Amino acid sequence: MTLISNDRGLDMTASADASFPGDLIDRPPLQPEPVATKPMIRISGFDCFYGSTQAIFNQTMDIAENQVTALIGPSGCGKSTLLRWINRMNDEIPSARAQGSITIDGQEILGKGVDLVELRLKVGMVFQKPNPFPKSIYDNVAFGPRLHYKLSRSEVDGIVEHSLTRAGLWDEVKDRLKESALGLSGGQQQRLCIARTMAVEPTVILMDEPCSALDPKSTARIEELVDELRGSYTILMVTHNMHQAARVSDETAFMFQGKLIEHGRTEQVFHQPREKQTEDYIRGRFG
Amino acid sequence: MKTAAPSLKNAPRRSNLGRQRTEQAFKAVCLVALVVTFGVLLTLLASVAWMGVKYLDFGFLTGLPSRHPEKAGVMPALMGTLWACLICALTAIPIGVATAVLLEEYRPKNSLGRWLMDVLQLNITNLAGVPSIVYGVLGLTVFVYVFQTAATASGPDAWSLSIGSPSGWFYLQLPMGRSVLAGGLTLALVIMPVIITAASEAIRAVPSSLKQASLALGATRWQTIRRVVLPKALPGIATGSILAMSRAIGEAAPVLMISGAVFLTFAPRNLMDKFTVMPLQIYSWVGKPQEEFHQVAATGIVVLLAVLLLFNGTAVLIRQRAQRMG
Repeated sequence: MTLISNDRGLDMTASADASFPGDLIDRPPLQPEPVATKPMIRISGFDCFYGSTQAIFNQTMDIAENQVTALIGPSGCGKSTLLRWINRMNDEIPSARAQGSITIDGQEILGKGVDLVELRLKVGMVFQKPNPFPKSIYDNVAFGPRLHYKLSRSEVDGIVEHSLTRAGLWDEVKDRLKESALGLSGGQQQRLCIARTMAVEPTVILMDEPCSALDPKSTARIEELVDELRGSYTILMVTHNMHQAARVSDETAFMFQGKLIEHGRTEQVFHQPREKQTEDYIRGRFG
Repeated sequence: MKTAAPSLKNAPRRSNLGRQRTEQAFKAVCLVALVVTFGVLLTLLASVAWMGVKYLDFGFLTGLPSRHPEKAGVMPALMGTLWACLICALTAIPIGVATAVLLEEYRPKNSLGRWLMDVLQLNITNLAGVPSIVYGVLGLTVFVYVFQTAATASGPDAWSLSIGSPSGWFYLQLPMGRSVLAGGLTLALVIMPVIITAASEAIRAVPSSLKQASLALGATRWQTIRRVVLPKALPGIATGSILAMSRAIGEAAPVLMISGAVFLTFAPRNLMDKFTVMPLQIYSWVGKPQEEFHQVAATGIVVLLAVLLLFNGTAVLIRQRAQRMG
């Protein structure tokens, strides 16, 4: 679909459209701008390229500490690319390069001298498709801690139980910890991956469309989990699901064609978008 | 202006009967191919077994080669094969797997480096197709002659270096001479490309999502290889290695270049001992004029096939187990 530019845009009230995702926010709309929380991730003047193709253009954006920020936008707009630069997973792609600055907790993370092990210890990632290791449930969760620390058996036991409990998976798997993680359902696998990520105690968790491969029930379970993790982790979540963004995020950033179009409190972005493109996208007129 | 939508209504139909006939004919061709292959194999096995059964007993396994066919045994050649293959496995598998890991997991980021890697990889694949006699010449030149030339060039009194003593198995000497070590290393050259190719494929087949999961948890590249890539690729690497080893067991040409000996009455006692292998022993028996020795050769083939079957069976078992677990 093409961008529709007519006069219906702004005077359309939220209640007139039953499926409008903004309705799902139970917080009252039109709140005054909340007190700005401390930014955890600061992106400034950020450009990135795949070979000679530029994927992200001069992006500047602060991501608030201990909040859930949703990254929305049509496919190919650069959301996942941005996410994968924050833990430098794009280093795996030979043609990818970036310029500008991204800092986490005040520390620059772009550039050659950055210790990727330390960075990724601080910035965990949950992928689009659940990707548990073909090992036992226990060994999946213990994988990260064992990489970085020398731990006794009982310490690992404690970490595994704690992480699985936080991911809401402990009661389902406590009797089958030694069984292969591949025997779990897709939703359980994804929660296992979240537990695995949390086990190394990151401060930031990146989620790249964590529910896109899951059924609605598992999706709801993951959303509940994200909601519980709010306040403990800075979560940056790419999602294609507007309702999901409206339900779980504190802040929403809308990207289009490699540019950040709008970024603000979720209720503001959904109810009173400043940009026409944002509104069109949220209301499903394109993308 | 709109053109009419294409329609299949008036297009001529292919005859259904004709297509079914082609189907049947193709099936028949495949069946014939299968019968021919299997028939040849069965005939070979049956005739070898028929000929070889006369001399097949425990004494054949433990006996020494002899001028009397009823006394002839295969022990020195069997032990020589085991020694050479053990040396071959212990060198070719670690070096081959390490090379595959380098080629697949430590690819350089710049385009020149990647291009060089690609050229290297292509050439390794090509090396797998080089006739083994060429490796025999290479092994003869490198392992046997280089040090010998160096040793005799210094004067009439040739020098030699040695570590260990000839009474134990661990005895190294330079020049190596026509030793079982030189033979094993030459066989390693023969099968290294096969192992590298098989291991590369197994490593490439590890889903990148697993590697990414490991890297995203802060694992170093080595930790990822050690804890994720190699365990997942292990069945493929093991299968490839075992199949390569069964090729090494059957090789006669390169060993003939190195060993030269076909009539030995002792098994190797250390790494520097002379040796012969099963295919060479069989070759020597087949070459004798007496009919009885042809039967002895058939017995030798039966033993060789049994060893090969053992290896291939192991490979199949490993693969099946891995598939069940994976």
